[in-house]
Amino acid sequence: MGKLTFPGGIHPNEGKKLTMDKPVVEYLPKGDCVYPLSQHIGAPAVPIVKKGDRVLAGQKIAEAAGFVSANIHASISGTVKVIEPRMTSSGSKVNSIVIENDGLFESVDYSQNKMELETLYRDDVRNIIKEAGIVGMGGAGFPANVKLTPKNEDEIDYIIVNGAECEPYLTSDYRRMIEEPEKLIHGLEICINLFDNAKGIIAIEDNKHEAIKLLRELTKDNDKITINELKTKYPQGAERQLIYANTGRYVNSKMLPADAGCIVHNVDTVVAIYEAVVEGKPLISRIVTVTGDAIKEPCNLLVRTGTNCQELIEAAGGFKDDKMPEKIIAGGPMMGKALYTLDIPSVKGLSALLCMTHDEVTKYEPSNCIRCGRCVSVCPGRVVPSLLAKYAEHGNIDAFLANHGMECCECGCCSYICPAKRHLTQTIAGTRKQILASKKK
Amino acid sequence: MNIEAVLIAVAVVGGIGILVGILLGVAGEKLKVEVDPKEVAIREALPGNNCGGCGYPGCDGLAAAIAKGEMPPSACPVGGAAVAEKISAVLGVENVENTRYVAFVKCAGDCEKAKDVYEYVGPKDCRLAQNNPNNGPKGCTYGCTGFGSCKAVCEFDAIDIVDGIAVINKDKCKACGKCVSVCPRKLIELVPYDAPYLVRCNSKEKGKEVKAVCQTGCIGCTLCVRNCEMKAISFDQNLAHINPELCNHCGTCASKCPVKIITKDH
Repeated sequence: MGKLTFPGGIHPNEGKKLTMDKPVVEYLPKGDCVYPLSQHIGAPAVPIVKKGDRVLAGQKIAEAAGFVSANIHASISGTVKVIEPRMTSSGSKVNSIVIENDGLFESVDYSQNKMELETLYRDDVRNIIKEAGIVGMGGAGFPANVKLTPKNEDEIDYIIVNGAECEPYLTSDYRRMIEEPEKLIHGLEICINLFDNAKGIIAIEDNKHEAIKLLRELTKDNDKITINELKTKYPQGAERQLIYANTGRYVNSKMLPADAGCIVHNVDTVVAIYEAVVEGKPLISRIVTVTGDAIKEPCNLLVRTGTNCQELIEAAGGFKDDKMPEKIIAGGPMMGKALYTLDIPSVKGLSALLCMTHDEVTKYEPSNCIRCGRCVSVCPGRVVPSLLAKYAEHGNIDAFLANHGMECCECGCCSYICPAKRHLTQTIAGTRKQILASKKK
Repeated sequence: MNIEAVLIAVAVVGGIGILVGILLGVAGEKLKVEVDPKEVAIREALPGNNCGGCGYPGCDGLAAAIAKGEMPPSACPVGGAAVAEKISAVLGVENVENTRYVAFVKCAGDCEKAKDVYEYVGPKDCRLAQNNPNNGPKGCTYGCTGFGSCKAVCEFDAIDIVDGIAVINKDKCKACGKCVSVCPRKLIELVPYDAPYLVRCNSKEKGKEVKAVCQTGCIGCTLCVRNCEMKAISFDQNLAHINPELCNHCGTCASKCPVKIITKDH
């Protein structure tokens, strides 16, 4: 079978070699843990503990406040210190529960949550996923149970596991796939069994040979799951591009993937679903890649949510003495958010801490557009970034919308390729945000 | 040369000219559109910038509205008292003296006093900068971002960016209100031209947080509120606000303010 792909896209320096072969090491937090109440898309969760309460690891501390929302669980044992606004990776303060770590890591007895999978109804499984507070762990943080509860249940024919991991430097999904492939396959089977007509696809970029080989070997007798090899290209793992590459179906900004009969889950999310349903464990940890040229010992850490990011840097040996980081990014270099403080908690959606040195970060002043059209040829959303950015700069919202500005997925390809170094993505993304905010009002 | 042909041509063209002239004359009389002479006079009195500050698409729109009595004679914020007087004369009504308003930026945190928390690389536009961590590089999320979106929309060249904050030239400002609506942080307010004392801060944070990011922010100590004998200062969401109508220009608030953000010259 040929390698699947989509039109457009770029080939940035991968940088995955730094951590690709580093096995996942568990890291237990030393200091206090902070749990922002908004780690997902939708309404912030409502705290159900109060100051002074003692909590155990795995205990629910905040409850979903609506359909599109998610529960939050403590990842350590200790006492609730305070509930106050704390800085998060988004750069703004979010109301958070702070738990003082007692260092015992006493945990809720998960075995009592365990149930025989065969005895469960589909809605029970969805409920377990909801209770476990599982959200999309690729970064956007869409509650997983909401994704698995589409309106057109019978029309869902593909559950796609996103193992593309197209963002440079990130290796957390790759390590998951080669270290716990059984959990991934079993988790996918759980998702497939929620629908009558669904088939499973695990889509992996061809720079992860080992994962493809391993998963093909494990699923060769399983006719419901196929492993698709994708061309290595950014943004292969973007939801719309992934659906197009695997099924040939188009999804636009007005549609949900379910409208095209697809549900896309991240590798980590599927493993979390397995752990919730089979082992009874809520989502309290995830793999974070701590990497970049400024880090002494780049590594993949299994991190409890809420752990302070400064601790994670120290766990990776700290910064190199001669190379201080110029820029620290939460997530991948293409879509991640630059941080200006490390005093933030790791959240469910944090896939990496990327510390780049001065040499890796170039700062250019933007110059005039030379109309070369490269942004147009790489844009996976098939829009004209240079034109949209021009309208955005002039505040011409009508023209921006007429030229399909809302189809932009903010992947950053246009800014990456632009020889004039124009701030195309930032300009378009900022305007999209303004439009979405004004729609809400 | 055939003189006859020339004469025929002249006669034909002349005839058509006379015919069309008569036709146009009759049509002009028959199909005349009634224009309110007042409206024309008002339109002439208006400045004619078509800035849109009044809320109408241009001066023509406002002139029609004033002539119909939908708007008062002083509706043009740009023309001010002089234009209002002319329009009142046209309408034959007494001109009511109107307060002149100017825009006022509720932030004094320049580059020195309110530091940036990170180096910003991106589009230099206040509205787009809000999409970044901390809603922009400035530590204070309420203060002036300083990329000059207000300056860009000002038709009267009344706004300058000095030391990272917007500064309004009171005499050039026509209070059209464009900067008020463009500012993503809702920092700009229209105040009376002669408003004596105003609070140059917009931060709704508590004192400790304000201190952490700005040397000159309102810390919510309420000293001004307690010392104002006219009860002209209200206090809401950790921020003092002076009502210029009640203020008696005594200046107690300015002298009591520990962070010196109540000033006379704005």
